[in-house]
Amino acid sequence: MSDKQEMIDGLKQIVKPYIQDDEAFKNLNEDTDFINDLKINSANLVDVILDIEDKYDIELDNESMDKMLNVKAALEVINAKVSEK
Amino acid sequence: MNNRVVITGLGIVSPNGVGLDAFTNAIKSGTSGIEFHEELKELNFSCCIGGIPNVTEELKRNYLTELQLKNFNSSGILYGCMAGIDAWKDAGLSITDKTDFDSGTIFGAGTSGVEKFREAIYKLDDKNVRRLGSTVVAQTMASGVSAYLGGILGLGNQVTSNSSACTTGTEAILMGYDRIIAGKAKRMVVGSTSDHGTYLWGGFDAMRVLTYKHNESPETGSRPMSASASGFVPGSGAGAMVLESLESALERNATIYAEILGGDVNSGGQRNEGTMTAPNSEAVQRCIKNAIRNSNIKSEDIDAINGHLTATSKDFTEIENWSKALGLKGNDFPHVNSLKSMVGHCLSAAGAIESVASVLQIHHGFIFPNINCEDLNEQITSLISAQKIPQTLIEKEINIVAKASFGFGDVNGCILFKKFKK
Repeated sequence: MSDKQEMIDGLKQIVKPYIQDDEAFKNLNEDTDFINDLKINSANLVDVILDIEDKYDIELDNESMDKMLNVKAALEVINAKVSEK
Repeated sequence: MNNRVVITGLGIVSPNGVGLDAFTNAIKSGTSGIEFHEELKELNFSCCIGGIPNVTEELKRNYLTELQLKNFNSSGILYGCMAGIDAWKDAGLSITDKTDFDSGTIFGAGTSGVEKFREAIYKLDDKNVRRLGSTVVAQTMASGVSAYLGGILGLGNQVTSNSSACTTGTEAILMGYDRIIAGKAKRMVVGSTSDHGTYLWGGFDAMRVLTYKHNESPETGSRPMSASASGFVPGSGAGAMVLESLESALERNATIYAEILGGDVNSGGQRNEGTMTAPNSEAVQRCIKNAIRNSNIKSEDIDAINGHLTATSKDFTEIENWSKALGLKGNDFPHVNSLKSMVGHCLSAAGAIESVASVLQIHHGFIFPNINCEDLNEQITSLISAQKIPQTLIEKEINIVAKASFGFGDVNGCILFKKFKK
């Protein structure tokens, strides 16, 4: 199991409470879009980001948050922030 | 347009019973929902007793989703949604994916999400506004309860929250009634809710309007019409009704609990003896008289009064106002009861919870007993017969109940409920 798959699984746990499309959630991969695929209410994206901050003990600035619309982008931002620590 | 408006669904979340069956049993048997709360004592409240509905984590999940309950901390919205959803289902209505443009809600509240607001204030003062999360606004906005309920039920008519202190619930019912009478909606979910707890009750404790004499005997603390009444006991919860045009109710072959004949809301303008916190008696009497007049009944037709009667020195003034407005006293005065003897003063939820009790009296044919008034206030019994203040359950057919509520801001509301006859 690669680190990347582990990261995806971690993210999957975080978004789980907010998703409204079970099928897309089951098939969650790097290309999955939070709003278009998982049907997460856009207001809840804020909560996803706070949960990510808690899990990885990082703080995400406004610009990073704006980018985090799909799994791939989220992983990139998280990795960048974690490596800065 | 001369619609008749009937009640086809009820929902209740009360300190002495959650759900219609539990609540009906509790009020018939005179069961108190008032308990001692250690938290109030630890915070140095003078009054350490209060009424909080018993809602388990499991029960919550029958009404709100896991996602809705995430970071959720608004007891008023929870109670309101529970009562509203129950009333809707009790009316035989279903929840679908479609917007129902014929149905709306007027669901009142005094405050919303006080505890959630406190959480937010702590984070914000700690310079952490970015970490408030997405639901602070929805949980703390005054219309939070109607917004949640409207979304759950898919309501597409008017969705709003009124607020008029302790008159809120009674006013909400009359506002929904008006909307149906005007032909602007077929159905309105009406009612009101109140948060529970320290941050809401503290202001009343500070005003010295709560009793501090019954911390050792909570169930006897709320004593409307008693000589030893020493202030009210704070309560919380929610009550809800589905109001419906008679035409729509008959079309659906719905159970009809009662008809709303009419009512009135007004204010004393904080003139004469009226103030922010005390009623102007002229306005109270006017409100009751107008309600009777626009219901096209006579005072003598009223079988029972469900009073506001909070257990303060104002109880006598209220009875005096009823007596003058109705032109009835002694043995001619109708039976009168106060639900507050069992559940305390549920503040913004009071009018709705007490109206649900009033309608249940008509539907099942009973007058619930007043508790904690063995020692009736003599001023009151010099005006009306003691027999008219029942202390045990009376079972008989009830045709018309008058319900009134009075609130801070010198505001009044009075409704006439009647057993439905075609």
